[in-house]
Amino acid sequence: MSELHNYTLNFGPQHPAAHGVLRLILEMEGEVITRADPHIGLLHRGTEKLAESKPYNHSIGYMDRLDYVSMMCNEHAYVLAIEKLLGIDVPIRAQYIRVMFDEITRLLNHLLWLGAHGLDIGAMTMFIYCFREREQLMDVYEAVTGARMHATYYRPGGVYRDLPDQMPQYETTKWKSQQDIDYLNESRKGSVLDFIETFIDDFPNKVDEYETLLTDNRIWKQRTVDIGIVTPQQAMDWGFTGPMLRGSGVEWDLRKKQPYEVYARLDFDIPVGSNGDCYDRYLVRVEEMRQSARIIKQCIQWLKNNSGPVISNDHKVTPPNRETMKNDMEALIHHFKLFSEGYSVPAGEVYAAVEHPKGEFGIYLVSDGANKPYRMKIRAAGFAHLSAINEMVKGHMLADLVAVMGTMDIVFGEIDR
Amino acid sequence: MNKKHTVFHQALRNRFSSQQIVTAYDEITMLVPVDDLLAVACALRDEAEFHFEQLLDLCVVDYLHYGQSEWITDASTATGFSRAVDERGSGRMKFGDPIKIGKQKQPRYAVVYHLLSYAHNTRMRLKVFAEDDHAPIIPSVCHIWSSANWNEREAFDLFGVLFSDHPDLRRILTDYGFIGHPFRKDFPLIGNVEMRYDPEHKRVVYEPVSIDPRVTVPRVIRDHDAAAPDVKKQDDV
Repeated sequence: MSELHNYTLNFGPQHPAAHGVLRLILEMEGEVITRADPHIGLLHRGTEKLAESKPYNHSIGYMDRLDYVSMMCNEHAYVLAIEKLLGIDVPIRAQYIRVMFDEITRLLNHLLWLGAHGLDIGAMTMFIYCFREREQLMDVYEAVTGARMHATYYRPGGVYRDLPDQMPQYETTKWKSQQDIDYLNESRKGSVLDFIETFIDDFPNKVDEYETLLTDNRIWKQRTVDIGIVTPQQAMDWGFTGPMLRGSGVEWDLRKKQPYEVYARLDFDIPVGSNGDCYDRYLVRVEEMRQSARIIKQCIQWLKNNSGPVISNDHKVTPPNRETMKNDMEALIHHFKLFSEGYSVPAGEVYAAVEHPKGEFGIYLVSDGANKPYRMKIRAAGFAHLSAINEMVKGHMLADLVAVMGTMDIVFGEIDR
Repeated sequence: MNKKHTVFHQALRNRFSSQQIVTAYDEITMLVPVDDLLAVACALRDEAEFHFEQLLDLCVVDYLHYGQSEWITDASTATGFSRAVDERGSGRMKFGDPIKIGKQKQPRYAVVYHLLSYAHNTRMRLKVFAEDDHAPIIPSVCHIWSSANWNEREAFDLFGVLFSDHPDLRRILTDYGFIGHPFRKDFPLIGNVEMRYDPEHKRVVYEPVSIDPRVTVPRVIRDHDAAAPDVKKQDDV
């Protein structure tokens, strides 16, 4: 058999490690990658163009479907942009609820990332462990919004509704015995906040469990240490944000540096890496989970002690409640206009960004004064991360490509938009 | 924040006195002519006063239908809902439909750059209008900020804006062999072609779209003074 030296390898789009629909054309020299050319766009739905033909509120649901593992953080940037243009205030309780759900979403995202990243490079159990916790957080999503993933919970001016007083409970079925149901319902006796609190109190122990499996694991370290090293200068030049940037030692987090909502009032730390390799980024994300748990704990305390409205009472933008609508003509008109025509947003252009689990997620919104955005551009963190994959994997082995892709935490919903 | 903002604005004004600088919604926008773009971008990245290490985002805005309302009429008829709708916008178009264009006061395509400075914790926006509407060409900033590479490919793919000296200006998001630039305002929202698997030919085939365009809510501009120069009458319900 003649020896092969250079060849081109097609990787994906239907490959389990391709995290969705990434197609890579790899130029190989033996088992070493000399060039990686990603072909993206297989999940392109034209979200930005769709948003241009709809009233503002109709597009909130599209935001969930961008990065479909960190749904509410996407919505957050979008409603922040609209609020900035409209100049409306958000009640303080809604701000706390938003921050709490941003952090719950961060946990959801990092848990999926950790499970999938583990699975990619040989740690099977992680996936099952992480999904065990994800399931509970999905239940919180469902209890509050009615949907396990695509919540459409944030609205310009606040959030759709307040947290329910009762956490839904399991019911007996022919598949589950009373004993099982009692066990499952043990933490569901109280309100949603009680349920989250029980979960969060125990969550650091769960993170310890993950760390026992991975942090000092020889195989894990062999697969991640010194793989895909990014210097701070490279990270900035390539447009990296979030854990990809912090893994390289740049202390930058919008929640601290340009705080939005109530982050300025909360106590938490920003972990940074030192080497900028896959292992450091792993450590950064694991620590972020612990910090998110801290933030959620503080939010729960505040929310339990304070009540108030959760959505602005500017009825040009937010719907009036049902009872007023029945009695008040003006409320009825507001309701009708809001749900038929929507609201017109003053002309101008804004950029609003949040610290999304993957990095900076921004919405650039151009309005010409109409009830629909004139132009909306989504700044997705993963797009910039993936664009640097060629530089990151050049000279690495094929197996390391999977580790680098895992560490980027790419989700095609937001990259292809 | 605000004081810092003013100081920064002043610094920009002193350094780039020939450029137009606007502050709105606590955000700074600098309008730059095409010819000055590279010099300004280099200065913004390298000079210690500004130090914009990162290009966060680059996108195009197509100003073809800017400020045009669909809800403008002097007449009323008995035909119901559509009486006042003057259909405009890509959501209502089909392939080959004539495009309604109002009086344009500015060039059609603008490229917008969002910059972030880690050293000073500031953001700003650069805006460049392409001079020629038919062949918009803008110099590439790839060699200044590497992250521009994919963003410029995307801008080219979706809007057909050309970036001179770009190392690899290929399409990025659309299908292999796609025709047209889908985010332009004159490109129909429903697209031009649809595809399906043809069992006879045993391959995927492309055909003209069979669906009809449908927009449920017309585009309405209420704040007429601010944006819509061609709208005179306000019709409230």
